[in-house]
Amino acid sequence: MFSILRTLWNILLHSFRPRVTIQYPDEKPYLAPRYRGRIILSRDPDGGERCVACYLCAVACPVDCISLQATEDEHGRRYPDFFRINFSRCIFCGYCEEACPTYAIQLTPDFEICEYDRQNLVYEKEDLLISGPGKYPDYSFWRVAGVQIGGKAKGESEREDAPADVRNLLP
Amino acid sequence: MKIFVDNRPFDVHAGQSLLQACLTLGFDLPYFCWHPAMGSVGACRQCAVKQYKDEADKRGRIVMSCMTPVTEDLRISVKDAEVSAFRAGVIEGLMISHPHDCPVCDEGGECHLQDMTVMTGHNYRRYRFNKRTFRNQYLGPFVNHEMNRCIQCYRCVRYYREYTGGRDLDVFALRNLAYFGRYEDGVLENEFAGNLVEICPTGVFTDKTLKHHYTRKWDLQMAPSVCVHCALGCNTTAGERYGSLRRIVNRYNGEVNGYFLCDRGRFGYEFVNHKDRIRQPLARKNGRLRPVTRSEALSQLRSILSGAKLAGIASPRASLEANFVLRALVGPERFYAGVSEAQYRLTAAIIELLKTGPAHTPSLREIERSDAVLILGEDVTNVAPRMALALRQSVRQAAFRLAEKLHIPVWLDHPVREAAQDLRSPLFVAATHGTKLDDVAKEAFHAAPLEIARLGFAVAHAIDASAPEPANLSEEMRALASRIAEALKGASKPLVVSGTSLNSQEVVDAAANVAWALCRIGKPASLSFTLPECNSMGLALMGAKPFVEGMEAVRNGEADSLVVLENDLYRRTSRENVDALLATAQHVIVLDLLANPTTAKAEVVLPAGSFAEAEGTLVSSEGRAQRLFRVYAPGGDVQESWRWLRDMMAEAGRQEATAWETFDDVLGSTAQAIPAIHGAVGAAPPATFRLAGAKIPREPHRYSGRTAMLANISVSEPKPPEDADSPLSYTMEGYPEQPPPALTPYFWAPGWNSIQSVNAFQEEIAGPLRGGDPGVRLIEPRPGNGYRSCVSEAFVARGEAWLLAPLYHIFGSEELSPWAPAVSELAPQTYVALRPDDASRLGAEEGQEVEVQWNGTAHRLPVKFRADLPAGVAGLPVGLPGTECAGLPVWAKISKPL
Ligand code: SF4
Ligand code: SF4
Ligand code: SF4
Ligand code: SF4
Ligand code: FES
Repeated sequence: MFSILRTLWNILLHSFRPRVTIQYPDEKPYLAPRYRGRIILSRDPDGGERCVACYLCAVACPVDCISLQATEDEHGRRYPDFFRINFSRCIFCGYCEEACPTYAIQLTPDFEICEYDRQNLVYEKEDLLISGPGKYPDYSFWRVAGVQIGGKAKGESEREDAPADVRNLLP
Repeated sequence: MKIFVDNRPFDVHAGQSLLQACLTLGFDLPYFCWHPAMGSVGACRQCAVKQYKDEADKRGRIVMSCMTPVTEDLRISVKDAEVSAFRAGVIEGLMISHPHDCPVCDEGGECHLQDMTVMTGHNYRRYRFNKRTFRNQYLGPFVNHEMNRCIQCYRCVRYYREYTGGRDLDVFALRNLAYFGRYEDGVLENEFAGNLVEICPTGVFTDKTLKHHYTRKWDLQMAPSVCVHCALGCNTTAGERYGSLRRIVNRYNGEVNGYFLCDRGRFGYEFVNHKDRIRQPLARKNGRLRPVTRSEALSQLRSILSGAKLAGIASPRASLEANFVLRALVGPERFYAGVSEAQYRLTAAIIELLKTGPAHTPSLREIERSDAVLILGEDVTNVAPRMALALRQSVRQAAFRLAEKLHIPVWLDHPVREAAQDLRSPLFVAATHGTKLDDVAKEAFHAAPLEIARLGFAVAHAIDASAPEPANLSEEMRALASRIAEALKGASKPLVVSGTSLNSQEVVDAAANVAWALCRIGKPASLSFTLPECNSMGLALMGAKPFVEGMEAVRNGEADSLVVLENDLYRRTSRENVDALLATAQHVIVLDLLANPTTAKAEVVLPAGSFAEAEGTLVSSEGRAQRLFRVYAPGGDVQESWRWLRDMMAEAGRQEATAWETFDDVLGSTAQAIPAIHGAVGAAPPATFRLAGAKIPREPHRYSGRTAMLANISVSEPKPPEDADSPLSYTMEGYPEQPPPALTPYFWAPGWNSIQSVNAFQEEIAGPLRGGDPGVRLIEPRPGNGYRSCVSEAFVARGEAWLLAPLYHIFGSEELSPWAPAVSELAPQTYVALRPDDASRLGAEEGQEVEVQWNGTAHRLPVKFRADLPAGVAGLPVGLPGTECAGLPVWAKISKPL
């Protein structure tokens, strides 16, 4: 009996508290940048595609909803020929972002991706690729990797000596 | 003997290194420079363990396990803190200049360096200074070079120079700048260079053909397969992704290929993906072949088959089962082997020699352990490449004997080589021209085929006087024969190698006589014959009739229609003959993979599954029946030849065909109908085999993209295809336990992602696979029978004509591999090989065209000089587009065109 009265009293008090519920979609909530929503593929500071098609996100994904194919440009820079995420399967766990060695794949605070037709939840590279570097404005994998690409010869990465002269026998 | 590892006692075999023993026992002990096929050199210091004097010794000392022999009551520790820190320190040193490449490195995910780094626990980079860098080299279409990733283990140069005898890869510069490459950019010359991909524990050498459609190991759907590019039957693992074949890697089989493949086998696979693959049934309408649907094709076949008198042309590159269903369709009376007349007679003769003579056919491992070898008439490197690598190892037997005498363990590679210097066990090569094995041969003899045979007969006679002796032997040849005979007699495991390359019955007979003579004096001699195609032996065991009789049957009306199974008849006999045959036959039905001149003339063409899309049994030249499995379910109308032929039988109203639902049904009927291949049933477990109640997954446990790879077509994932034909499934679900060796789709063990995980699948390191090496031998010798009679007339050079001898090219002579872009890049253009003096007599320079006439046809061919040809002999490459070469050697007229 007492507990019922106490409950009623509490409810009455709550009706004078400030509202937490907001009038979505008229009002939008604040979401932190690290919120795990719609996935994008970002670009290097130089504007090139950041993804190097290493397949690590694909293998990390617990529901196996990422599929891609690696290819290379004529100078040896690797990138995905196609890159597909099936968002109808994605559980927004963020493992892909965590696995990515280049910061290419990032989850964003956008969750409004519902569709009436599930087929529309299959995103291809064109749908995923954004024009900027996303959350990591400065990092460029190619500046630290040892392979040569267009515009960066051997020995021109960070903390690299010039290529060795292998004919030199001086100690 | 007993050793103690971390105070636990274990039983191990004597005579091995401690590293081998630890790996056999299943310890995760890291290593780089040691390789099971190449022994230890102690270069990398990664395999350190702590050794204790006795139970009381608590301090111990660090030793390299790969350099330490196991001894009785040896006490070691793998886990000891100091030695673990030592190993982590070593790898930290090796990684100082290692580039930040894993994400774009093709080795990643199956990298021995990654595995060892994780195993030692080195996970943080402390070195803050600059990394040394290198420029890469162009090494040809097979192997990619990325030198920055090198950890200086020296495996590549040891393999390339010491194991394969290659000359053009070496180490340059010094200290931390040691550079592993060629003197200058260029195609790697060695035929086994592709193994560098697996030998190199890092991503320095990687598969360039894979790079063009790069897929990680974890994403490949894989199945156990058998190489189809020669008759040796090397075991391979083939991997698929997104419906195309992505790569071939070695599948260890202790008796057959061991750790290595040849480049034709490794890189020839891309014919499967070729744009000219036949993927749809084709039927001729208004004189042109047009794609039709499966049901249209079958209904057309029904009308053809009703009332037709069929003849079947079987194939030495199709499976036993496909050939058998063809035999059932056309009847054994009209079942003809689609091989040249000479090949037909020779393979039949070879089987008889092997089945009725006392010499047994050796596996490649036995070849490797032979201590005296005579090669009669074969350019082994170009015909049966992997055997050449085995023969090259065989000459080291003398070094191993010496090492044993000096109490040097045979796996201590460099001390053994130092002790032996140039000591080699005898290898003699008799061929029509110089071969790549000549450099390790005691003597190389270059002569016309007939002379090679006479030498063989003379050797046999010198071994056992009751063997016939050829008349009019020159003193020189007699002396050579007796030198060879002495060497063979002095060996404990002598071997004679010959084959069908020269299309010469005499050469084959001579080889048999040598081996039999050795047997008669009590030597366990073996006799190995190379054959041209992956199922040449299997087809010959099936007892088909010769092709000429088939042509005759069509000519005289006994048969009016042809069913051609996976065979380009233009490779088998002259153009004239095939044209006539195909014109006379009312209907020509061809099953094949790739468009070729025969399919171009067919009325109906059916798309046959390649080795990656069909299961089947192949019999190697050793006589070993081996099963290969579908790697992926082919899309569309492509299906196994045996299924097409079965469907044709059903269309023709043949009831028995309906019983052949699955592969095992056909295999059962095949084995029952043909006793000679009955054993083939045992080559792999049947489709009902289950491991802990589950099928064996073709996909690794980390296969990715399952719910996305087909989502562009439909977001609802289709059910994976079922496989009723084998115990393998097209999924990643299954019991994580080692399947039987014949069913092992890939090698992978916890902590060991690279191909070196094969260690965990072997009974002991470099020994047989657990459960026995796959394959069933179908041919065993029967002691006692008389010698083959010998030829007496010697070869006489004719001034005005040349004997055109066949020349084989590892890249180009075989039918399927040149469809792979990388292989075709290295295939030569056709030519005629002449001695420089002969050419100058004709007034022809190198590269100039001459007119070559044989069998009534004239060809214009550019001249290539070969000084190693004997007088009176010219050479013609086999199998290259543009020349007819069935039936070589022939006499040809060569003249300079006006
Ligand atoms: S968020 Fe998780 S489920 Fe979604 S794609 Fe990334 S790894 Fe896969
Ligand atoms: S992990 Fe990153 S770089 Fe690698 S494939 Fe995925 S998005 Fe591309
Ligand atoms: S060699 Fe191995 S460790 Fe080095 S970059 Fe390649 S995958 Fe990574
Ligand atoms: S290239 Fe590879 S095999 Fe050769 S030394 Fe370097 S790491 Fe070892
Ligand atoms: S493996 Fe023992 S030192 Fe390299």
